[in-house]
Amino acid sequence: MSDKIIKKEELQDFLKALKKAHEVFVPAKEKDFYRFNPLTDENKGDLNFTNTRLSPKSLLFPQSERIFEYTLDEESSDAHIVKESSKDYPSTVIIGIRPCDAKAMRLVDVNFNNPEFKDPWWVKHLESMTFIGLGCNEPCSTCFCTSVGCGPFNEEGLDVLLFDLGENFLARALTPKGEELLKQGGVDKDANSGLKKKADELKIEAENKISSHVPTDKLKEKKVDDLFNAPFWDDIAFACINCGTCTFLCPTCWCFDVQDEITKKQGDRIRNWDSCMFPLFTLHASGHNPRPEKVQRVRQRFMHKLKYYVDKYNNGVACVGCGRCVKSCPVNIDIREVFSLMNDL
Amino acid sequence: MSDNPYLPHPVRIEQITIETEDKNLRTFKLVFLNKADEEKFTFIPGQFCEISIAGKGEIPIGIASSPTEKGFLLFTVNKTGVVTKYIHNMQEGDIIGVRGPLGNWYPWEAMEGKNVIVIGGGFAFTTLRSSIVYMLHPDNRNRFKDIIVVYGARSPGLLLYRQELAEWEKRDDIKFHITVDATDDPDWQYNVGFVPTITEQKITTSKDSYALVCGPPIMIKFTQPVLEKVGFKPEQIIMSLEMRMKCGIGICGRCNIGDQYVCKDGPVFTLAQLNELPKEY
Ligand SMILES: Cc1cc2nc3c(=O)[nH]c(=O)nc-3n(C[C@H](O)[C@H](O)[C@H](O)COP(=O)(O)OP(=O)(O)OC[C@H]3O[C@@H](n4cnc5c(N)ncnc54)[C@H](O)[C@@H]3O)c2cc1C
Ligand code: SF4
Ligand code: SF4
Ligand code: FES
Repeated sequence: MSDKIIKKEELQDFLKALKKAHEVFVPAKEKDFYRFNPLTDENKGDLNFTNTRLSPKSLLFPQSERIFEYTLDEESSDAHIVKESSKDYPSTVIIGIRPCDAKAMRLVDVNFNNPEFKDPWWVKHLESMTFIGLGCNEPCSTCFCTSVGCGPFNEEGLDVLLFDLGENFLARALTPKGEELLKQGGVDKDANSGLKKKADELKIEAENKISSHVPTDKLKEKKVDDLFNAPFWDDIAFACINCGTCTFLCPTCWCFDVQDEITKKQGDRIRNWDSCMFPLFTLHASGHNPRPEKVQRVRQRFMHKLKYYVDKYNNGVACVGCGRCVKSCPVNIDIREVFSLMNDL
Repeated sequence: MSDNPYLPHPVRIEQITIETEDKNLRTFKLVFLNKADEEKFTFIPGQFCEISIAGKGEIPIGIASSPTEKGFLLFTVNKTGVVTKYIHNMQEGDIIGVRGPLGNWYPWEAMEGKNVIVIGGGFAFTTLRSSIVYMLHPDNRNRFKDIIVVYGARSPGLLLYRQELAEWEKRDDIKFHITVDATDDPDWQYNVGFVPTITEQKITTSKDSYALVCGPPIMIKFTQPVLEKVGFKPEQIIMSLEMRMKCGIGICGRCNIGDQYVCKDGPVFTLAQLNELPKEY
């Protein structure tokens, strides 16, 4: 894999060159927060950001996505027959995705793309994308990626990783797709050994800046029942208002609902993000609900991420330590404390 | 065509049978519109499908017909919420969709050469019907030893598949015990009593046996100790669970109990497996 150099003043040329062949998404400031928006003449992107408020999962798992369509028009020979909606999957490049969010996609991929069933939309969205990550020189106080198998310059899930070296970016191609993209964007200058060394030092420096740590080593060996019946759930859940913010922001939360919507005689089947924080999520038609109390729903969220996922996939915890849920929870429920409580039970 | 696991196969409602006197249960006989879909659709008793109604949504329903019954599928639907109410108002000839088969099945290989005890209550008898028809088929009957069934409902008018019950009751290759909680019908010729009580009278040994138990939670709660008393181990007690579902293929995250998705890893579990999972269902 090769290390190239992109001069900062040449970044826009690089992006423009990519835009000729791909859709390009860049982090953009909207009011107080960042999000990924298409690169346009007006939106040139802004890489001076910590992270986007919403995780970029919506790029390949939209909050609301039409999956099927049908007609209810009795005159039509295919009335009531549910059909696939035609959909384009244009080649898309995501610029500046953070390593934690890229790793999150790998964690979620085991759900959507498993040996028995492939979720066609997830798989096609993912295949159409190339990820150019941006390492984090200045991780923030709520980041704990290094404790959960990730890190500020983690490479998993990325095609290219950018190191911000001040005047230049060092662009490390990690996959053939990434290599090809750099070539396409006219990036051909090799990084000299001095810059390579600087990048490696930057990585270690950034890792050392992570001040937040969580324990995970004993989660796997813990008995499910012991964790499930642990005494701490009431305390953890006490202040939760079941707003669902944590699950909507989280890059590894993937639960969804499917709904039918009709306009006149045309119908769409749509899938929407859903959340285990909502009581309707598990409500049976009979009125029975396996998780009627918020404490059960809070427990589900944490047990899923830190125990069920761990046991089912043998792939670590379903959390990349991005800290979004910690930052945005209106009542300051902190998953880092839950890590400690569960791991050290 | 498509191998999209969310895409339903179009089917036509061939026949609708009102099963119970309160009219809350109807059996829908469905026929595939495309021969190719029918040929690809192979299932094993215990599995379910998502019944898909354009404009309304999808509901998981157990397959009530047996793979030995060719050319159609049967589903018996209890009227409860939005989709089930809607399908109850549909007509023969209407087009809907079927997605599946989904989930796992009763442990037929393990049950081979064994006695099979079937215990059902109320309308949770659908995949048990599938199983009984399957086992009684001449190709399969000698794969199993004794087949003993206890099936009960609150009153005679609430029993499913009444004509078939009467026929099975007369056969000598299956011991069929029909029961109702109570009845004022002077001509009632079967048992009167709750399913657990009748089970206690009729099932006296667990030797070489598996018990398939489906019914309302209260029935399961009182049947379990009866079976344990005659020596059934948790490994010999098989149950089928219900959870609210959407995708039916273990992806949407809705139906988990611990690390198991009921739609994909279930719906069939042994009591031994359930004992390992959090009690959250
Ligand atoms: C494996 C399995 C097999 C089943 N077999 C049968 C059967 O043979 N006959 C029968 O009558 N019923 C069966 N059910 C229950 C049946 O699925 C629900 O009664 C039905 O989904 C209710 O839908 P509704 O739209 O009428 O209710 P609403 O309350 O309006 O439901 C809205 C949506 O919630 C979901 N939902 C609600 N309740 C349930 C539930 N209990 N289980 C799963 N999803 C639910 C469905 O997606 C439904 O479309 C089975 C359930 C499961 C999980
Ligand atoms: S963000 Fe906080 S309050 Fe809202 S559902 Fe999550 S834990 Fe509860
Ligand atoms: S820190 Fe919170 S939002 Fe980020 S991955 Fe972990 S659980 Fe999700
Ligand atoms: S119904 Fe979607 S995971 Fe089970």
